[in-house]
Amino acid sequence: MKILVCVKQVPDMSSRFAPDGAGTWFAEADLAHRINEYDECAIEQAIQLKEQLGGAPEVTALSIGPARVGEALRKALAMGCDRAVQVDEPQPSRLDPWQVASIVAAHACAVGYDLVLTGMQSQDRGSGQVGVLVAEQLGIQAVTTAVSFEHADGAVTVRRELEGGARARVRVRLPAVVTCQLGLNVPRYPTLPNIMKAKKKPLDVVPAASLLSAEPLARTARFFAPSRRTGQVMEGPVDQLVDRLVALLGEKAGAKRQERT
Amino acid sequence: MKALVVCEARGGKALDTTFELLEVASRLGAEPVMLLVGEASAIPAAAGRLLLAEVERADAYDPGLHRNAVVEAVRRVEADVVLLPHSSYGWDLAPRVAAALRAAQVSELVALAEGGGLEVACCNGKMRRVVQPATAKVVVTVQPGAFPAGGARGGAPSIEGIQAAPAAPGIEHLGHEAPSAREVDLGRASVIVSAGRGVGKKENVGVVEALARALGGELAASRPVVDSGWVGADRQVGSTGQTVAPKLYVACGISGAVQHLAGMKGAEYVVAINKDRDAPIGEVADVLVVADLLQLVPALTARLRQ
Repeated sequence: MKILVCVKQVPDMSSRFAPDGAGTWFAEADLAHRINEYDECAIEQAIQLKEQLGGAPEVTALSIGPARVGEALRKALAMGCDRAVQVDEPQPSRLDPWQVASIVAAHACAVGYDLVLTGMQSQDRGSGQVGVLVAEQLGIQAVTTAVSFEHADGAVTVRRELEGGARARVRVRLPAVVTCQLGLNVPRYPTLPNIMKAKKKPLDVVPAASLLSAEPLARTARFFAPSRRTGQVMEGPVDQLVDRLVALLGEKAGAKRQERT
Repeated sequence: MKALVVCEARGGKALDTTFELLEVASRLGAEPVMLLVGEASAIPAAAGRLLLAEVERADAYDPGLHRNAVVEAVRRVEADVVLLPHSSYGWDLAPRVAAALRAAQVSELVALAEGGGLEVACCNGKMRRVVQPATAKVVVTVQPGAFPAGGARGGAPSIEGIQAAPAAPGIEHLGHEAPSAREVDLGRASVIVSAGRGVGKKENVGVVEALARALGGELAASRPVVDSGWVGADRQVGSTGQTVAPKLYVACGISGAVQHLAGMKGAEYVVAINKDRDAPIGEVADVLVVADLLQLVPALTARLRQ
C-alpha cells in the first residue's frame, strides 16, 4: 500500500501580514513558517494507518515550494513518513489551486498511490479546492472534511463534519483522496530519536516544471488588509487595564453577578 | 450574464443562504436561475425560475450526482457564474463542478470590490484577496452571512424539472449522526467567557474558567481548544458548535476564525483579550484589549472577587 500526504508550509497565522512588492500576496521576509495545521492531521492519519497495518504502507510526504519547505518535510519524516518529495518552486503562491492539484496529480499518477491524504484547506490561502481537484484530475473519489477515519478491507469509512455538530458517515473504496478537518486526531510531536532518524530518510527534490503543464484558471489581482470596523482598543500595563476592565465587565455582567452573590 | 444559484437544503428544508446567493447574483448584474438537487419539499420560497433535479434519498448526499446536476443546469441555462454557499455542501461540491467545467473557482466570497472584483478572505480571515478568474465560466462559494438576504422572499418559483446523469458508484452514504446531547446550553447564558488557542495549554483553561465564575457566567471555547481536548465539545461556540447570544461575551485568546464568529455574532457586548491587535476578533469586538491573557485574566479575576 502506498500513501501520499500533501503538505503545505504556511506562515504562523499570528504574524503581521503586509502585501509584497506586486501587491498580490504577502511579503515573506521575517515570517516564521510551519506546517499547515490541517495537513498535520493528514500526516498523523497516514502514520496511524501505517502503524495499524504493521508498518507495511509506504508513506510519502510531498510539498511544493522553495528550499524552506524542506523543513516541513523533515518534520513529516520525523513524525513517521518514510520519504519526502520537494517539488521545487521558488514562488508557490503564483500557482493557482488547479495548477497545484495538477502537480500533485502528475506525481501521484506516476507513482500510483492507494490513498492521498491532505488538509481540507490551507490556513493562508484557504481555497479548500486542492484535495478534490487532485481526485478529479486522477479520476478517483474524494471525501472531504473527515473528522474520523477507519480503514478496513480496501475501503475507508469516515465521518464528514457538517454544520451544527452533525456528521455524515460515508464509505469509499480505495484509491481515494481524503481531506482532513481539525479534530480528526491530535498530531504527535516528533521525538528526538525520530528527528535524528528523519535526517537519513530520502528527500527528493524535483523541479516544478517537470510536473506542471496546466495553465492557471485564476490569479490573485490584489492582496490587502480589510478595513476593520474599529471598536475601542485598550493597551497598557496590566494593572491599568484591570482598573478599566473591572468596572466595564461588572456593568455588562451586572445583573447576573448580583444574583449569585 | 446568467447566474446559477445552487440551493442548499438540510433535513429536507431550504436554507436561507439561497437568498444571500440571490443578492450576490443581483450585485453582479446577473439574471439568477435557481437549482435544487433534492426533493420538492425543500424548494425555497423565492420568486423566480428554479430547476429541480429530483433525487431519491435526498438526505444521502451523492457528490457525483450533484455535480452532474449542476453541470446539466449550467448547460441548460447557459450560466456564466455558479453560486454556492461556502458550507460543508458547497466546499465539497464546488471544486467538482469547477473541474467538470474547467472553470476557475473562487472560494469564500466575502464582498464585491469596486468594479465587481471578487473579494475573498485569506490568512485565517485576517487578510483579503481579489481573485481574477481567467475562464469564461466561474464557480463561486459565498461565505454565509457576508451578504444580506436578497431576492423576492415569499413567492413561489416557476419550476422546471431536469435530469441529472447518475454518477459512477463510489461514495456510499451510511447515515447521519445528530449532534450529541448537550449538558450545557450556552444559548441561554447571559455571560460567556470563552477560551481560545491563546490559552496555550490545557492547564491554563482554569484561568479563563475562574473569570467565568467570577462574572457569574459560563465557560466556552473555540474549536482548536475543543479539538485539543482541553474543553469538552459541548462548550464549543461556532458554526460546528453552539450559537450564542449573551449580554457579555469575553473572548480570551481567540483569533476570530469565521466559523467562530458565526456562532457568537449575536452577542450584545464583546470584549476580546488578545496579544495580536490584528486578530480578526477585533472586527466584532466592542473592546479589544491588547494583552497577554495569562497575565491579565488572573489579575482581573482577583479584582472582581474582591
